[in-house]
Amino acid sequence: MVDPARRHPFDAGTMLIVPAVLLLALVFVAPLLWFFAKALASQGGPAQIVAYVATIVTSKAVVSALILTNWTALLVTGLVLLISYPLAYTLANSRGMRFTLVLFCVVVPYFTSIIVRTYSWMVLLGRNGIVNQALIQLGLIDTPLTLLYSMTGVLIGMVYVLLPYMVLTLYATMRSIDPGLMRAARGLGAGGFYAFRRIYLPLSIHGVLSGSLIVFILALGFFITPALMGGPSDVMIAMLVERSVEIMYDWSAAAVMSLVLLVATLVLYGVYYRTTDVRRMMGA
Amino acid sequence: MHDLRLGRGLILYVVGACLVLVLPIAILVVLAFGDQSYLRFPPQSFSLRWFIAFFGDPRWQRALWSSLLIAAIACAIATVLGFFAAYALVRSDMRHKKLLLSFMLLPIIVPYVITAIAMYFVSAPLHLVGNVVWIGVCHAVIALPIVLLILLSSLQGVDLNLERAALSLGSSRVRVFTRVVVPLALPGIVSSALFAFLASFDELVISLFLAGVRSETLPVRIWNSLHLQVEPVIAAVSAFLIGVTAAVLLLDGAVRQARSNKTARLRAIA
Repeated sequence: MVDPARRHPFDAGTMLIVPAVLLLALVFVAPLLWFFAKALASQGGPAQIVAYVATIVTSKAVVSALILTNWTALLVTGLVLLISYPLAYTLANSRGMRFTLVLFCVVVPYFTSIIVRTYSWMVLLGRNGIVNQALIQLGLIDTPLTLLYSMTGVLIGMVYVLLPYMVLTLYATMRSIDPGLMRAARGLGAGGFYAFRRIYLPLSIHGVLSGSLIVFILALGFFITPALMGGPSDVMIAMLVERSVEIMYDWSAAAVMSLVLLVATLVLYGVYYRTTDVRRMMGA
Repeated sequence: MHDLRLGRGLILYVVGACLVLVLPIAILVVLAFGDQSYLRFPPQSFSLRWFIAFFGDPRWQRALWSSLLIAAIACAIATVLGFFAAYALVRSDMRHKKLLLSFMLLPIIVPYVITAIAMYFVSAPLHLVGNVVWIGVCHAVIALPIVLLILLSSLQGVDLNLERAALSLGSSRVRVFTRVVVPLALPGIVSSALFAFLASFDELVISLFLAGVRSETLPVRIWNSLHLQVEPVIAAVSAFLIGVTAAVLLLDGAVRQARSNKTARLRAIA
């Protein structure tokens, strides 16, 4: 079919992507490549670089940071999923005022600065913070709990920051599930939980997977919240990268650790790319 | 359509979860209006004391200006380039579209710490650390994916036939772009610009490395102050940032509302 509007004028349209690609190539990809190349080359020839990478990757600090990062990311993803699923379900099955209210409660934190969100929990969780005060007044505890500057604080902060990503991703999937299916199952005599397990859960599993992937990816590289809310020994890999540059001025070590984190992130993003429509990322 | 009936337990849970989501932010705003020299909830008395301390301090003022300037630059670059790219992705028949898009979304996937260190690594020898324009360009990289995600869905709603019609009636390619495509996509462009501005205004990690002492942004100053103490002025600055977020969300809502009203009117005419 010869369509004048679809032939060459739209080839000119293709060129419109070039400025954005150039921006990313020059200000994003090139600095990354240059950083890895320069910082590693300073260690000598290929043999020395391989030996150096091996030393860093097997060093005690890096190994324990990697283990902690993985467990934290896994735990955060699980918690976020458990907390988000009923929220997203409610969102998908509400209209009008109820829908607007729940969406408002999810979207407001989503668009609030991460440092502000982290700070708000630091205020709540401090030794004399509101949470401890409330627990003491309710008579549940006698002495204040150590919530801030501990792994508990890191988990609470990260779950809070990452929750909206999961809710919005799950909602995007659940929105297209016909509520009539659940009603039909109930009408045919299925129990509530049975109908959920056999009908709703399988239909929403795709959202569960892509939401979990995106939250896990973001949790792996998390820096601000663990750095502010964690204790001295709660060092995640992204913090170790920052410290080796800011405190030790050790660019080579930072490059090796960054490379490990980057490869892990890109592999998971590859899985995400295979399984999900990237246009739906972040619940867009 | 009716609401699906939800169990009482679920409703109770959702109310609780929503409170936990919103309360930390609400409490912070309330605390910012307190009068004491330490944070205590509920405040004994209210005042604007900490806001006056924030706006009266030249260092916080300078941080505010740096933040605004950087966000304006990042927003302008990301919105224009993002709009062009989104148009190309939606309209042309190029191959590997999905791959290209997922490459362009990488800046929000790659951990910010890595991006920031790499950017610092090339900026330092070029004496670009602390350069407001350069920080704006770097923030544009982070804001670009957000612009793309918003505009891809909004451009998909623009009817290709309108462009075909204008072209076949003899309009030039540029004219079709400026007179048909841009006006039709305007609500999407405005809302992507708003969120691009917000992304840069709230960004911490890249600014932390690139700002130097010259161009500290608000988040960077909060970060630096938090390492010293949890002083009430930070609550006031946070409340200000929350206010900016609220303004962006309200404006975006207004733009969406205006668009849906317009569509409804057009439907009524047709």
